[in-house]
Amino acid sequence: MATCKTDTPANVDIRDRMNIVIVGSVDHGKSTLLGRLYADTGTLPEGKVEKIQAICKQQGKEFEYAFLFDAFLEEQQQGVTIDTARTFFQWAGRQYIIIDAPGHKEFLKNMISGAARAEAALLLIDALEGVKDQSKRHGLLLSMLGVKQVTVVVNKMDLVDYSQETFALIEKEYRAFLSQLDVTPQFVIPASAKRGDNIATPSPQVAWHTGPTVLESLAQFSSESDKGEQPLRFPIQDVYKFDARRILTGRIASGRLKVGDQVIFSPSNKSAVVQTLEAFNVDPPPTQAQAGQSVGITLDEQIFVERGEILSHEGSLPLVSTTFRANLFWLGRRPLDMGKPYLVRLATHEVECRVAAIHRIVDADNLSLDQQQTNVAVKRNEVADVTIQAKAPLAFDLYADFETTGRFVLVDDYDVSGGGIITEMVPDREETLRIEARQRDFAWVTGDVTLADRAKHYGHRAALILLIGPDTTSKTFLAKKMESMLVAEGRHVYMLDPENLRRGLDADLQEGDAREMIRRYGEVARLLIDTGVLLISTTNSFTPSTELPSTGPSTSRSSATLRTGLPADQVVEAIRTLVHPAPVLTVYMSQEMTPSSIEADLSFTGPEDFTRTAHAVLAALKQKGILAETIGNQPVFQFSI
Amino acid sequence: MRHLRQLEDQSVYIFREAYKHFDNLGMLWSMGKDSTVLLWLARKAFFGHVPFPLLHVDTSYKIPSMIEYRDRLAREWRLNLVVGQNKKALAEGMNHEKGRVECCTALKTNGLKLLLEEKGYTGIILGVRADEESTRAKERYFSPRDKNNDWDFRDQPPELWDQFKTSFPPNTHIRIHPLLDWTEINIWEYIKLENIPFMDLYLNRGDGTRYRSLGCAPCTFPIKSTASTVDEIIEELRATKVAERAGRAQDEGRGMELLRKDGYM
Repeated sequence: MATCKTDTPANVDIRDRMNIVIVGSVDHGKSTLLGRLYADTGTLPEGKVEKIQAICKQQGKEFEYAFLFDAFLEEQQQGVTIDTARTFFQWAGRQYIIIDAPGHKEFLKNMISGAARAEAALLLIDALEGVKDQSKRHGLLLSMLGVKQVTVVVNKMDLVDYSQETFALIEKEYRAFLSQLDVTPQFVIPASAKRGDNIATPSPQVAWHTGPTVLESLAQFSSESDKGEQPLRFPIQDVYKFDARRILTGRIASGRLKVGDQVIFSPSNKSAVVQTLEAFNVDPPPTQAQAGQSVGITLDEQIFVERGEILSHEGSLPLVSTTFRANLFWLGRRPLDMGKPYLVRLATHEVECRVAAIHRIVDADNLSLDQQQTNVAVKRNEVADVTIQAKAPLAFDLYADFETTGRFVLVDDYDVSGGGIITEMVPDREETLRIEARQRDFAWVTGDVTLADRAKHYGHRAALILLIGPDTTSKTFLAKKMESMLVAEGRHVYMLDPENLRRGLDADLQEGDAREMIRRYGEVARLLIDTGVLLISTTNSFTPSTELPSTGPSTSRSSATLRTGLPADQVVEAIRTLVHPAPVLTVYMSQEMTPSSIEADLSFTGPEDFTRTAHAVLAALKQKGILAETIGNQPVFQFSI
Repeated sequence: MRHLRQLEDQSVYIFREAYKHFDNLGMLWSMGKDSTVLLWLARKAFFGHVPFPLLHVDTSYKIPSMIEYRDRLAREWRLNLVVGQNKKALAEGMNHEKGRVECCTALKTNGLKLLLEEKGYTGIILGVRADEESTRAKERYFSPRDKNNDWDFRDQPPELWDQFKTSFPPNTHIRIHPLLDWTEINIWEYIKLENIPFMDLYLNRGDGTRYRSLGCAPCTFPIKSTASTVDEIIEELRATKVAERAGRAQDEGRGMELLRKDGYM
């Protein structure tokens, strides 16, 4: 084989790379354009055209450039692209992966998979058919998928006799449509892929066109991203401890990170200083990194952080809530179900959620129409404006501000079934308390003893065990029993009865100050948890009485005047928000046959053997990695993950 | 060089997703240039460690120096090497003369199947690249296989924004492809950039030939080439218009579509 080097645009040194997707309605000529681009630039492997020509001849059909990349037998037989293909194209110092996306409506999820990988798009419109529904739908999806650089190719110009008027009408109509999506096409190019007009070489047939050919337009797409200039977003992917180093890994979504940076983790509100950047086979080790890089960092202290948290600088924090509004495209086989639990995956965070509201179906034809619809079902391949409510708070951004942390997918059973971009944060009930907790945590002054040190010393992580449920289910009795058992085991544990706050800390409060009473309780719990203690508590003081006031000795403290009357789930959520991110274990106690209205980690009904119940709670603490299996030199509680 | 770091960052991200989501993970290593770059990227992702076994499906027809190279790197890099073989088919005398597709199916596809059944892996990392061959161009980074190892290319999962298919029904598994976006040239550029040890079968050692793609000895043919350094290989590849796998006999006709549908790599 000859190795003499001739400099053609196809083989100069590669400076950068870029993914481009070709989209458009079925039969508008995407695969043909792709085949033509390769053939006319001489970048196909030797013998490829001849091979396909021979197959066509054998099957008695006309050769088409589209056959070059439709790999599956079925695709060639039906003349339809079923799945996205990556093809590799090198020109003028840039390496392209050109993704041929299927245009058929049935294969929309494949088109989306292809377009989601792209930084720029060629959108094809058939000059004879004009702008079709699918042309608009693809435009809408491109804007949702974050593909902002678009060049429109009006194809099959040969079928309209290269008419400038026809071209101008299509250009006008489609530009008007794209402008509603805030997309301005870089170029609109008249072409005929079949005849090779304006693909790799300018065509005399459309001499009136002053813009570039399709090939020339590729070089006009920018591969520069401004993500490095945005505030830092670094979603934690995993935490490794393969050797002495405890390394937090992830891919920087935006901004820059340097050794010595003070960083905040959301939603846990923990903070630390970046001690090192870790890398394999890099000498000297890096001291900074930026958007796009997969990196590993170590911190100055061993704080407990998990996959899913977003690391940022304190000056520019992500939003935190359980609830947000979004535009969602749905790919599930079954329609989107309001009641059904789905998993939301946002960057690396995964949490159960449900769809709290479906506001309207977003149709490519009525983009600007802001009418409310009710009782609408979201079917496969539709886009809808929805409100998503997660079971636990997550950190995120609005898509308009940040790409990676402003979008998410929904998982149904085993399958990614939809994708969405966040348009609005919806403050939930705990918003005020959450802001208080964040500000308090950022300003929190710590000694030299860390939570990890305390956990090692005591053989357990600090946590809150909340006993909930109706009156007279002996919750206090169980709390006392567990406290005794744990102290006997040598654990650092304390039973906090909310009643103890009543005459002291809460002495200035009136009956109606329910939220304030809970807030103060939560702050006390937060303080105690910071000492490394396992806190056991009941919530009777906060929840409505389920019985008539009794004169018996056990309830003689006149419960009616002490109670805040808030439903138990709201009380638990408020407390959870204030002690966040400390683990909270909820234990629901009830009489036999009393239906549980709230979800708890553990539930017990009926007359119980309290020793057994206490042991069950201890087992759950071990299983959750809160309590070490044994107390000794090497406690095996799950502090690092 | 920037384009190589971009490819590296994406591959490392895929590796870490795989390690996070799959309890029983294995990585195929054929000792070729691609799966050796894959191995290097694993060491990048896990800071010098390879926290899962490397699987080699040994057809017994490999070129002997490939086995020497395998055992040397396994020792030096402290790799957990697992070798699988379809002993039954070999005992029954399977070889390429009984048909190339038949032989690949028995010794590679079924050899892999046997290994998966025995060890119960739920995630398999492989070094296939989209530019090698046209059905691989249609692959996902995380690609499900059913309980018969079959690939349903008509209904692949959506893959968007680096949110991959990481949950799956029992008795099925996921093929993970961190090198999908790499080209043959990128592989060599990266080998040069990172100074990764590779087998000298890829170089012209004086006889005017070299291997461009490595497989079993009877079905892999060297190409005419004067390239005796990595730089010369890169230069040669930039000028060539011959397909990489032209020296791989099983690719002829519809061989690969049929093989891959049934679970071939």
